[in-house]
Amino acid sequence: MATDVHRAVSPDRAGQEEPAAVRVQGLSRTFDGRRVVDGLELTVRSGEFVALLGRSGCGKSTLLKILTGLDREIEGAVLVPRRKATAFQAPRLMPWKKVWRNVLLGLPGKPERAVAERALAEVGLDHRVDAWPKTLSGGEAQRASLARALVREPDLLLLDEPFGALDALTRIKAQRLVGELWQQRGCAVLLVTHDVEEAVLLADRVLVMDDGVIAHETEIDLPRPRDIADPGFAELRTHLLDHLGVEAPTPAPAPAHAHASASASA
Amino acid sequence: MSISHAPPPNEIADIGGTSPSTAPPQPLPAPLLEPLPSTSTTRHRARVPRWLRRLSGPLLLLLAWQLASASGVLTADVLASPGTIARVGRDLIADGSLTSAMGVSLQRVALGVLLGAVVGTVLALLSGLFRAGEDLVDASVQMLRTVPFVGLIPLFIIWFGIGEAPKVAIITLGVTFPLYLNVYAGIRGVDAQLIEAGQSLGLSRWGLVRHVVLPGALPGAMTGLRFSLGVAWLALVFAEQVNADSGIGFLMVQARDFLRTDVIVVCLIVYAFLGLFADFVVRTLERLLLQWRPTFTGQ
Ligand SMILES: Nc1ncnc2c1ncn2[C@@H]1O[C@H](COP(=O)(O)OP(=O)(O)O)[C@@H](O)[C@H]1O
Ligand SMILES: [Mg+2]
Repeated sequence: MATDVHRAVSPDRAGQEEPAAVRVQGLSRTFDGRRVVDGLELTVRSGEFVALLGRSGCGKSTLLKILTGLDREIEGAVLVPRRKATAFQAPRLMPWKKVWRNVLLGLPGKPERAVAERALAEVGLDHRVDAWPKTLSGGEAQRASLARALVREPDLLLLDEPFGALDALTRIKAQRLVGELWQQRGCAVLLVTHDVEEAVLLADRVLVMDDGVIAHETEIDLPRPRDIADPGFAELRTHLLDHLGVEAPTPAPAPAHAHASASASA
Repeated sequence: MSISHAPPPNEIADIGGTSPSTAPPQPLPAPLLEPLPSTSTTRHRARVPRWLRRLSGPLLLLLAWQLASASGVLTADVLASPGTIARVGRDLIADGSLTSAMGVSLQRVALGVLLGAVVGTVLALLSGLFRAGEDLVDASVQMLRTVPFVGLIPLFIIWFGIGEAPKVAIITLGVTFPLYLNVYAGIRGVDAQLIEAGQSLGLSRWGLVRHVVLPGALPGAMTGLRFSLGVAWLALVFAEQVNADSGIGFLMVQARDFLRTDVIVVCLIVYAFLGLFADFVVRTLERLLLQWRPTFTGQ
């Protein structure tokens, strides 16, 4: 069954240091005098799958960019593992490199093509190893981007709405793939998403960001693999939507009435 | 069988007659269907090779020219006929004067383009990759760019004398600016998202330049190269008509003094072919280097 844990947000629950993949204390980031991240505290345990929700523009990507190390104009302490990898919403493959060269880009030393082939096989792309990025479909490009992140064998995998641009069917497949890869790899994952269902489906813990801080967190201890049809699932979704400021349609006995009122307000 | 399930339209109209929204739509006439031809089976296009189709325009022009000359509309002292020109061209090749002139001119262009490419690219890299380089280089180059380079010929003759040096210098100057502008714009136009991706993959500064910035600037560089080669031929014509004692331009100046329009046209044709050849080289380079680009290739 699902258990909601509404506790005060604090990075260290019991005070003792457990192995962490991310430790953020008092993080602030200001754009033109506007504090987008404002004293944020965050700990991700090693091997934990954390989903980060929040309305558009609340600073999720900003936080992820900071954790990736792309944004250094920050105040506060940020500890991340050296081996980390990021997959963005757009695949961001270098169009002038074949898929396998994209996967190997930035790896230290002179890695062999076989390394890329293995990583691409893991995401089911072994047949497009030699393709130009322009010839990939959206889902394939996103999987190539995932392979590029995974080939680094990261201790922390940062995902910024990686399925946002995919069609519904491809998204379901990609979500499953990420869940499976996480279980095989055992790396910590921080998944930024705007999709509450995706968060509940994949994560151990769901955070809600608001006003520049983690405003809320919920442990998800539904058994895996998870089922959207599970009543516990629906309960968690409603609960999280609530915290995102979205009034869930009450599961009223007369759905026709609910629909009518919804369309009237629209 | 689906027909029997559909209620007759007028029946519904009777029921909801008061509301206009429930009135049945007038059944549309069945649309006319037309087959879309497949490009792979349009036979007459596929059978004639592309280069032959491209040749048909110039050939028609040539035919019109020959007809005008033969009918006396175009007299020889205005413009020689294609036949005469072909004969003169053959003679010029046979006595070696055209080939040696071409060799000299080609050498000048090659040297000028090489020097200009090096200078333009280095300057563009300096100001494209480094802020300090931009502050130092860009303003001066943008200023010099506005000076028409042909106007510098007198100055170059004073500086470099009348040998090969001023001619090569003019070509170099002409080549440098278009290349600089396009390579610089190419570098600055590289997608910031790809730079970020490269950084997140752990690329070093030099790795970023090598794997992201330079390949990203390549389309711009190719455009610059094309412009540059166009300017290079132009610069060659100017340079060779001043104080030259060899080369195609010299041949033309000589022909002018003897009113030989046929020789002049032969020289112009040679210029045109050299330009076409240079364009062919750039096109081939583009095909090889830019095959990753998702662009429209025409129909
Ligand atoms: N480079 C920037 N300059 C100015 N403002 C920025 C910049 N990047 C992000 N912001 C602002 O910070 C806020 C958070 O952005 P972002 O982190 O992208 O939101 P999201 O949660 O949707 O990913 C937005 O209001 C955005 O306008
Ligand atoms: Mg975002």
